[in-house]
Amino acid sequence: MPATTIDEADAIHSAQARMSLPSRFGDKAFYWLTFSMAFAVVLLVILIGWQLGEGSWQAIQKFGFHFVTTSTWDPVAEQYGALPFIYGTALSSLIALLIAVPLSIATAVYLTELAPLWIRQPVVSLIEMLAAIPSVILGLWGIFVMIPWLRDHPFPFLQRILGWTPFFSGPIYGPCMLAGGIIVAIMVLPIITSVSREILRSVPDLQREAAYALGGTRWEVTRIAVLSYARKGLFGAMILGLGRALGETMAVTMVIGNTPQIAASLFKPGYTLASVIANEFTEATTDMYLQALFEIGLVLFGVTILVNLLAQLLLKTITAGAAPDRVQ
Amino acid sequence: MNMRTQRKDHHSWRKFKSTLVSGLTFCSAVLVIAPLGLVFFHVLMSGIGAVNFEFFTNLPKPVGAPGGGMANAIVGTLELLALASIIGIPVGVLGGIFLTEYGTARVNAVLRFIADVLNGVPSIIWGVVVYGLIVLRFKSFSAYAGGLALGLIMIPLILRTTEEVILLVPVGYREAALALGIARWKTIVQIVVKTASRGIITGILIALARVGGETAPLLFTAFGNHFWNHDLSEPIAALPLQIFTYAISPYDDWHRQAWAGALVLVTGVFCVNVLVRFVTRVRTASA
Amino acid sequence: MIAARMPQPELVEPRDSGAVAFLNTDGEPLALAMEAKNVSMWYGSKRAIDDVSLDMPAKAVTAIIGPSGCGKSTFIRALNRMHELVPRARIEGSVFLHGQNLYANSMDPAVVRRRVGMVFQKSNPFPTMSIGENAIVGLRLNGVRDRKFLNERLEQSLRMAALWDEVKDDLHKSGTSLSGGQQQRLCIARALAVEPEVLLMDEPCSALDPIATAKIEELIHGLKTQYTIIIVTHNMQQAGRISDFTAFFYMGRLIEIGSTTKIFTNPNEKQTEDYITGRFG
Repeated sequence: MPATTIDEADAIHSAQARMSLPSRFGDKAFYWLTFSMAFAVVLLVILIGWQLGEGSWQAIQKFGFHFVTTSTWDPVAEQYGALPFIYGTALSSLIALLIAVPLSIATAVYLTELAPLWIRQPVVSLIEMLAAIPSVILGLWGIFVMIPWLRDHPFPFLQRILGWTPFFSGPIYGPCMLAGGIIVAIMVLPIITSVSREILRSVPDLQREAAYALGGTRWEVTRIAVLSYARKGLFGAMILGLGRALGETMAVTMVIGNTPQIAASLFKPGYTLASVIANEFTEATTDMYLQALFEIGLVLFGVTILVNLLAQLLLKTITAGAAPDRVQ
Repeated sequence: MNMRTQRKDHHSWRKFKSTLVSGLTFCSAVLVIAPLGLVFFHVLMSGIGAVNFEFFTNLPKPVGAPGGGMANAIVGTLELLALASIIGIPVGVLGGIFLTEYGTARVNAVLRFIADVLNGVPSIIWGVVVYGLIVLRFKSFSAYAGGLALGLIMIPLILRTTEEVILLVPVGYREAALALGIARWKTIVQIVVKTASRGIITGILIALARVGGETAPLLFTAFGNHFWNHDLSEPIAALPLQIFTYAISPYDDWHRQAWAGALVLVTGVFCVNVLVRFVTRVRTASA
Repeated sequence: MIAARMPQPELVEPRDSGAVAFLNTDGEPLALAMEAKNVSMWYGSKRAIDDVSLDMPAKAVTAIIGPSGCGKSTFIRALNRMHELVPRARIEGSVFLHGQNLYANSMDPAVVRRRVGMVFQKSNPFPTMSIGENAIVGLRLNGVRDRKFLNERLEQSLRMAALWDEVKDDLHKSGTSLSGGQQQRLCIARALAVEPEVLLMDEPCSALDPIATAKIEELIHGLKTQYTIIIVTHNMQQAGRISDFTAFFYMGRLIEIGSTTKIFTNPNEKQTEDYITGRFG
């Protein structure tokens, strides 16, 4: 029992008597409440794995490993091979990174090292707004603005110059692998730029000062003191962008042509793991068809988890916040 | 040429390189922002003509018939966001509180890691998961399913933003409150979280804007509806979903309405983002 | 200038337990508010306080002085069970408040902290609350609902903290709108509102300018008729000005305890004398 003072002459302790008894119950209950909510994230991962596994179990048993090596996707003939989609996802992501990574890192360098101070915040805000554009709206723009323009200008130009290679040969319809890659590039530009910016900003000023003290120009300081120091983090930013590119669904579906084929030419339509799920899930007529689509989801999930895991490991030292001296 | 002029030439060359790189990176920055301008411009141009009173109040007309609106889709998105919030906000905020106030360093590292990995899961996978969990079980597409999918996406998002914001609350406030004999949980709720409340709310708004624009997880959970939804266990229309359906259709009038829908959606998302930016800037100005 | 003092107490030879007893000029033992007995404190494996036994007389100001890192801030947190909030913290020994063991199993730490209040080095009025709300937050969040009582305590505690006249028309304004010295006095009012028996102060003036410091020292002088005050300070002159008793800590040990006059004019230990005369700091 909380005792009050022994000194009766002092009448000042009415406050102590008025305060309610603290109960341990409140603290315990709140602890378990918040713990269970935090633990939910673990349950979520298990949930995803469970649902995808359960939904594709029969397909896994039937096709085994051949699922990822077969290149025929013919639901009518009950032939389900995921290779075209793996190819499509991989290639569109690769194209996206080839375009986005140089632009993003260069922009990040510009924003942290080279740009005049008054320009920095507005540009950063603009890039954040780009990140906020929903995928479906970018896809809408892709169908009605980007593809017609690509079809009439850059694509014929590319074909004229590089048409002798297998990559740029063949008829140009519009929706194609290259268009898919370009639109995914636009979608991942913001995230690679902002993470790269964080990484470059975390390079200690001491490095830069030392390089300046040696008489380096702006570019030399950037190249020697900053970029090489930040190499690992920038690579992590790239991988993070890759993870984002792999999962991109709506914008890609709207511009890539949605034909399950493996072709050399970038002007031919393609198909990605996410797109086939988006397009055909509600059309799946047979059980096995749906199971195959679940299995594609499983493949997509597995790949993005691995890529994101890698990205997190690379970025851990830079973006992880240090826990302060916390009161327990 | 003597050594001095040689060195001077080399120095000018180095300076030139530096300026060149500055120029190139500036161009990169322009190229990165350009799509934003282009998209916004076209959405504005193509959408402004089609956004009218009819658009906001009418249901879609049957296939091929001109006119009609997206009233049900707009309301549908709001309903789905409300459903999503029921799950996303409590779990995310309370989970974030656990990470900052109770978790040990090791447990936190694991939970944070998992949350970040979850944030990288493609949104369509969430749709597949909820399809298996709810839609197959109850044999129907529903607003509940769509709301659940969006809510699950929100959880790791809000968890991380809440955690980041609460970590910024100085330890001194906790200490002072505990030194007054105030119970631990009351300290957390009435002092710490209250101090961080603005940041937590902005984190929630950002998450809402993000999932409000999501289409993929709704494709086979909410599924879409040409009419008003009167029962949450029935399919429901949503703005991004409607835009998608119209955009890939062969009808010009539907294309026009897709742009209108896009304008409404973009305006909504941008408004929230600008609001958030304004709120955080006002807070730092008055601090 | 703090002139009037209690009748000069004398130090008696140490008892076996290592604690020292205080007698007033008539030879009667002074009432003790708190007693620390064989207190040792650790942060993880690092020992911060080594077997300290210290008596703290009631209704008097006891100052704890010592160089940086000597453990004075750590020790004071044993007195209101704040030390145990730090991860991997450990404490041995006992602390008594008016004869009650604060570390008994049946003692709720929250109750202890209501009876032993604390004011910190950096003033920290809660930013989401007004001045008035800050002052009585300890009462409200501990379950007191009586409006009339709360208003009474509000005025009482702000008066005790010598802040009432300055803020009585601005009670609705944010707690952070005050100056540094005023904020610290608000924190003192906040601590006093719950009517603790002892008030701990951990370097309360170190972040304040001399004028604000003087105001708080004057305040402490007025409070000690009603409260027992334990104050940690790195400012020896401050200890000399306001305290009745002074304890000198060094490297986690209590080196010497005595009346302030004695410590500053004729200390027993050479280490004490070296510190007082500034041979090391």
